[in-house]
Amino acid sequence: MSARPTNPTNPTRASAPDATLRDAPPTSALAERPEHSPQSPLAIHAMTVAYDRKPVLWDVDYDAPPNRLIAIVGPNGAGKSTLIKACLGLVPRASGQVEFWGEPYRTARARIGYVPQRESVDWDFPVSALDVVCMGRYRKIGWCRPVSRAHKHVALDCLERVGIRDFAKRQISQLSGGQQQRVFLARALAQEADLYFMDEPFAGVDAATERAIVGVLRDLRDAGKSVIVVHHDLQTVPEYFDDVILLNMRVVASGPVAQVFTTDNLHKTYGGRLTLLSEAAEAIARAEAGGA
Amino acid sequence: MKTTLAITPGEGWPPLSEVLEILAFRGGFNTSLVVAGTTLLGLAAGLIGVFALLRKRSLMTDALAHATLPGIGLAFLAATSLGFEGRSLPVLLAGAATSGVLGVLAIQALLRYTRLREDAAIGIVLSVFFGAGVVVLSYVQNPANVRASPAGLNHFIYGQTAALQPYDVAIMGAITLGAILATSLFLKEFALVCFNDAFAKVDGWPVSMIDLLMMALVVVVTVAGLQAVGLILVVAMLIIPPVTARLWTDRLRTLLIIAAIVGAASGYFGSVVSALLPRKPAGSVIVLTSGAIFAVSLVVAPSRGVVAGVIKRARLGLRIAGDHLLEEAHERAASSLSADTVREIARLRGWSAPIARGVCFWLSRAGFARRDSNGGIEVTERGSARGARVSRNHALWEQYLISYADVAPSHVDWSVDQVEHVLSDELIDDLERALAKRGVILPPAGTPT
Repeated sequence: MSARPTNPTNPTRASAPDATLRDAPPTSALAERPEHSPQSPLAIHAMTVAYDRKPVLWDVDYDAPPNRLIAIVGPNGAGKSTLIKACLGLVPRASGQVEFWGEPYRTARARIGYVPQRESVDWDFPVSALDVVCMGRYRKIGWCRPVSRAHKHVALDCLERVGIRDFAKRQISQLSGGQQQRVFLARALAQEADLYFMDEPFAGVDAATERAIVGVLRDLRDAGKSVIVVHHDLQTVPEYFDDVILLNMRVVASGPVAQVFTTDNLHKTYGGRLTLLSEAAEAIARAEAGGA
Repeated sequence: MKTTLAITPGEGWPPLSEVLEILAFRGGFNTSLVVAGTTLLGLAAGLIGVFALLRKRSLMTDALAHATLPGIGLAFLAATSLGFEGRSLPVLLAGAATSGVLGVLAIQALLRYTRLREDAAIGIVLSVFFGAGVVVLSYVQNPANVRASPAGLNHFIYGQTAALQPYDVAIMGAITLGAILATSLFLKEFALVCFNDAFAKVDGWPVSMIDLLMMALVVVVTVAGLQAVGLILVVAMLIIPPVTARLWTDRLRTLLIIAAIVGAASGYFGSVVSALLPRKPAGSVIVLTSGAIFAVSLVVAPSRGVVAGVIKRARLGLRIAGDHLLEEAHERAASSLSADTVREIARLRGWSAPIARGVCFWLSRAGFARRDSNGGIEVTERGSARGARVSRNHALWEQYLISYADVAPSHVDWSVDQVEHVLSDELIDDLERALAKRGVILPPAGTPT
């Protein structure tokens, strides 16, 4: 336990993390943080996330501007998916808060849509593409009631918007990877949310699917929605997105692509200097394992 | 029931009239009771087993069943020491359910607080709880320890269908009704959580509560099945019918209906057979019956069955072989291939004579060629168009590999042979565009070479 600064009033210990984590913002920056605006669809305050006590995200602070397409970019293991999952309450937060339009997740979730990673489900499940998209309507349908024709109609429209209405009756295992991804996107559209979280929607899809997804993203923005996308392809960031969050276990930089998506920032995100953070995380994990 | 008759070859099978009587629930009150009870149990287990399968909890169910044993023994001990009748069924089943649920919780705790994987955690809990149960039962069965007779407790291990009472069958009926009701009420919610629990959670559904409800249904069915088929085999009634049904359908509703039917049919025929063949314990016969239905389904089921798979592969093989013949004809600029040429191609491609004949037969049936009397083929207009297209696909892919993937021209042939038959129109467009960028443009199919 002595390896960790547990007592912030002790000056020698409090200064320890700054000395170790050269890239972390100075502690005083937290106090100077601007007020989070209630217009912001997503405000993250000092959020730290750990798996099995091993931190994967350190002290994330972020305010999403409304009505933007926002990419989360960073190397493997940077915590991109974890950031989304922690915002949505799918993984527990070690500390910090998340607010949506100034409200907690519990009251705001009717306005939030989600596209999980395609690999996170078993595509051999005995349902059709239409059945999956209808799942996006379930919360509007409510407990114990069957899916009405009107809701099926909405679901079919959503399939149309992603360009695979003809495949509505297909069993989902008979769809290509790109088509499966579009089914997930259509299900999120069926949620009729104002803020969307999408986990790697472009991973491993064909060119037609990529075009379809980009088209849907732009339609969403034109309709006044916000979309936060975990993205892995640096080349397409300036073309597809308005804002970017550069992430490597902490927010390296965030803001409009034109200002933030610079070579310098990318070096900071992908370069070797930040390995100190992951080394510190390893050390904490080892200490926990040794102490247990 | 003829209980003392030893089965010997020749006189083992009862007369047809008796078979029909039992099948029609007229084989005496006790037999009818058993048949009704196991049929209902099979139906409920088949239905609920679908969700255990889809939630990938089938093996967890086995651990649950094995973990009921110590609860049975301890419930007997507790009831006896308090002066109740220890063998009362509700008491024993309550004990069984409690320790079964404790077993499942133990697995969850092991997964959460240790680095054990699920298979190991299930193995540990299953065996330790079962071992504890055996110890408790042997303690109970020692007259020095317990004065009340524990006769019948052992039956929970292998099941004793013949002991079913009207009261038990009524309970099974209620459970079956409950299972059907819960399934039809919560089908949407169960399906959502089984398919994608993370999405369900973000969408605001109480995933752990829905999970708990599904698990409770599994516990109820398992405990109800203890008496009939025993804790070792009850898991089969939860797993086999849904897996069998999955071979027949891709639709969730149909899956539930077929699983319920397969479960009910196994319970029904299994108990009838065991009534006809004395000394064959009903539990095992029921499981063997469902196993037989599964085996037959595995072979004959459409699209997912073994036979369907063989036919599909054979058809693809014939199509590809036929394409090779047409391609060959196209490249020789010939409108027919003589018997000798066909034999020559067959030798190069490694086809036996019957396969070569089969390919020619397939080509003529598909309208790509006509067979002449000596064993050669005459390519039709459709056939030559197809040959031209395959040949062009071959060239496209070859060029692509050479110019984009840096494959040596001498090495491209094998993969080209596989790919040329499966290129979709969209892929061909992409290929043409990619090659045009490098200045390679192939004339469209049908242009004379």
